[in-house]
Amino acid sequence: MRLRKRQRLVLVALVLLLGAGSAALVLAALGEKVSLFVAPSDLAEKPLEAGKRFRLGGLVAEGSVERRADGEVRFAVTDGAATVTVAYRGILPDLFREGQGIVAQGTLEAGGLFRASEVLAKHDESYMPKEVAEALKRGGHWKEAGEEGGASLPPAAGGEGR
Amino acid sequence: MIAELGHFALVLAFAVALVQGVLPLFGAARRDATLVAVAPPAALLQLLLISISFGALVHLYIVSDFSVANVAANSHQSKPLVYRISGVWGNHEGSLLLWVWILALFGAAVAAFGKNLPVLFKSRVLAVQALIGVGFLAFMLFTSNPFERLDPAPLEGRGLNPILQDPGLAMHPPMLYLGYVGFSTTFSFAIAGLLEGRIDPSWARWLRPWTLAAWTALTLGIALGSWWAYYELGWGGFWFWDPVENASFMPWLAGTALLHSAIVVEKRDTLKSWTILLAILTFALSLLGTFLVRSGVLTSVHAFASDPARGVFILALLVIAVGGALALYAWRAPSLQGGGMFAPVSREGALLLNNLLLASATATVLLGTLYPLALDVLGGPKISVGPPYFNATFVPLMIPLFLALPIGSVLAWKRAELSGAVQRLWLAAVATVVLSVALLLLRDPPLGLSLIGYGLGIWLILGTLADPLTRAALPGGGLARFWRRLSGLPRASWAMVVAHVGLGVLVIGVTATSTGQSERILAMKPGQTAELAGYEVRFTGVREVRGPNWIAQRGTFEVTRDGAFVAELFSDKRFFLVEQRPTTEAGIHTTLWRDLYFVLGDPAPDGAWTVRLYHNPLVAWIWGGAVLMALGGLLSLSDRRFRVGAPRPARAAAAVPAE
Repeated sequence: MRLRKRQRLVLVALVLLLGAGSAALVLAALGEKVSLFVAPSDLAEKPLEAGKRFRLGGLVAEGSVERRADGEVRFAVTDGAATVTVAYRGILPDLFREGQGIVAQGTLEAGGLFRASEVLAKHDESYMPKEVAEALKRGGHWKEAGEEGGASLPPAAGGEGR
Repeated sequence: MIAELGHFALVLAFAVALVQGVLPLFGAARRDATLVAVAPPAALLQLLLISISFGALVHLYIVSDFSVANVAANSHQSKPLVYRISGVWGNHEGSLLLWVWILALFGAAVAAFGKNLPVLFKSRVLAVQALIGVGFLAFMLFTSNPFERLDPAPLEGRGLNPILQDPGLAMHPPMLYLGYVGFSTTFSFAIAGLLEGRIDPSWARWLRPWTLAAWTALTLGIALGSWWAYYELGWGGFWFWDPVENASFMPWLAGTALLHSAIVVEKRDTLKSWTILLAILTFALSLLGTFLVRSGVLTSVHAFASDPARGVFILALLVIAVGGALALYAWRAPSLQGGGMFAPVSREGALLLNNLLLASATATVLLGTLYPLALDVLGGPKISVGPPYFNATFVPLMIPLFLALPIGSVLAWKRAELSGAVQRLWLAAVATVVLSVALLLLRDPPLGLSLIGYGLGIWLILGTLADPLTRAALPGGGLARFWRRLSGLPRASWAMVVAHVGLGVLVIGVTATSTGQSERILAMKPGQTAELAGYEVRFTGVREVRGPNWIAQRGTFEVTRDGAFVAELFSDKRFFLVEQRPTTEAGIHTTLWRDLYFVLGDPAPDGAWTVRLYHNPLVAWIWGGAVLMALGGLLSLSDRRFRVGAPRPARAAAAVPAE
């Protein structure tokens, strides 16, 4: 009986230790390692400090894409109410184009330029990132974008995948 | 006609599943042999019916019958035959049909091969399996019928998302589903065991082959998906901690824990209620994965367009299945007899530690996956939880697991001495330290924290190999005896060695690729050269090529090293004519030690092209390690002592290792 009790005790101690350890890891990580999703008009209202990583979402503004000789691409991301200029070096996703909804991950520079380390467009052009769709609705840009034919409501059916 | 036949077969399968789910349970409760005997033939009939239905859909895709809405939306006559067939599961309805087909396949397999199972127990397993089928067949028939007709029928289909037209992805879903859905059998075994009130070593022995089969398939399925993402998406990465990847990874982690805890039940008749709980949770995570992927709550490649009704239906299924199972568990588990005792330092103790660490890791992944969703539902800010979170939570939990693994696997059952483990492993430990220090001194630039990853990988490999090798080598006597002793090890022990070495190989591959990648993004004009990790890369130019259903601009790169020719690589920007969509094909040159991975980007006005050049060290080790782990699973499955229907082993055969 004594052995069983000791076995229980060791087990409980181990479980507590591991539970506390992983909880600490999770809490620390949730505090620091997640990135906020922000729309251009959010930034216009309440600017984020330079150097903080976050995700910027919106439509690529028509006529704003500028490819520089050194391989850098600049374009404007808009949600109808405000616009942020994004600089990106690298290969843009296949479905990147003007009028398309995108999400960019990166940081703001002191001058208000958003330097992206990653630009995501969905794998399916008829499908818009949900966050972008909502940002656009809030920006009042939703309908106008649909009329331009660039972006439209996510269809009720027709997404594709695995 | 064929479509209606398929639909009709599906309705019949639903009826059969109802019968198979209800009658045997009543029969088992009342000890009525006639009702109980319904289960096995019903399981076989159900497989037959769903096979007819699945065959019908495949046929419709092959002949391109666009009067069926599903075919019209996802196929096109110009697609190569392979992709017309794989298109069957490249969409919501078709992939669900594959899901229920595999569910029926496992049910029928239990009916056909589970000859050693007691009749009552077997009928209960089959009944639970059928009840899961009832839920999913109802889901298909009421919300996602793949055989719905279109009137008028279009002349041509809309095609399949081009990034899915790929051999790796043709194989990935069936493999993944074999794993995902295979865990339904462990769920059914757990529920049947709880209903019976009898969980003992023979229960664990029956469970084992099914867990192993599901786990092996899931391992391969995840590896295939990761491989596809690596070469197809053109980002040079192999794992993105995308919610959908996590959805398949969580059942894998829980299944791995289950695989290990079932050994304890089998050998020592203890940890029973925990093992039952794991069996339930593993399948619950599979269902959760199905829900996350299929309901459209996530934005991802896999999210077929969302239809709220579907999401609610799967969520209801999830709640009923898991809630019911957990309620039954809460009711019956306390009556399970606790088994043998063990000291903290023992094989049982080590396997328990393995389980606790894997369970914690599963929990952190689950939290990271669901947290953004929960926050969104509660009206909080929109956030994304990406690799930084998982690197900070999941990775630290793996370090003690990998450190303890070789030690745990040499401990004796019940009560062990650490000194014994030290005796067996000190050589491997010293070798690990020497190799790590050598890496630290020789590598330029210095390794930094990644040294921990390499060290752990080396330790896993050497620590795992040390035991069988020293056992075979110790008491002297020629090479012949050495080999005889080695080959005398039971296959299950070899399975463990191969799988754990595979894990070590995987850890080294993952460490190297994620910390040692060299990347260059350049604007190159044809004829220009660039340097990448000691290679000279010459961009020779871009020309147009045509494929069966696409036109591509193909960039050509010539790679040399110190003037000697290494390889010529091609990267395409393909444009799919039907779907009107571009895709990128990376040019990849693989050796055992590194991948060269080149991607052609967009042209600039001055005639230069953006190109992305990667040098990825040891990527092949990732897939190699995963394949070794799956091979370990297959080896263990083939051990005749555990084969389904094999006679109970003699005591002597169980006494490891042969001498």
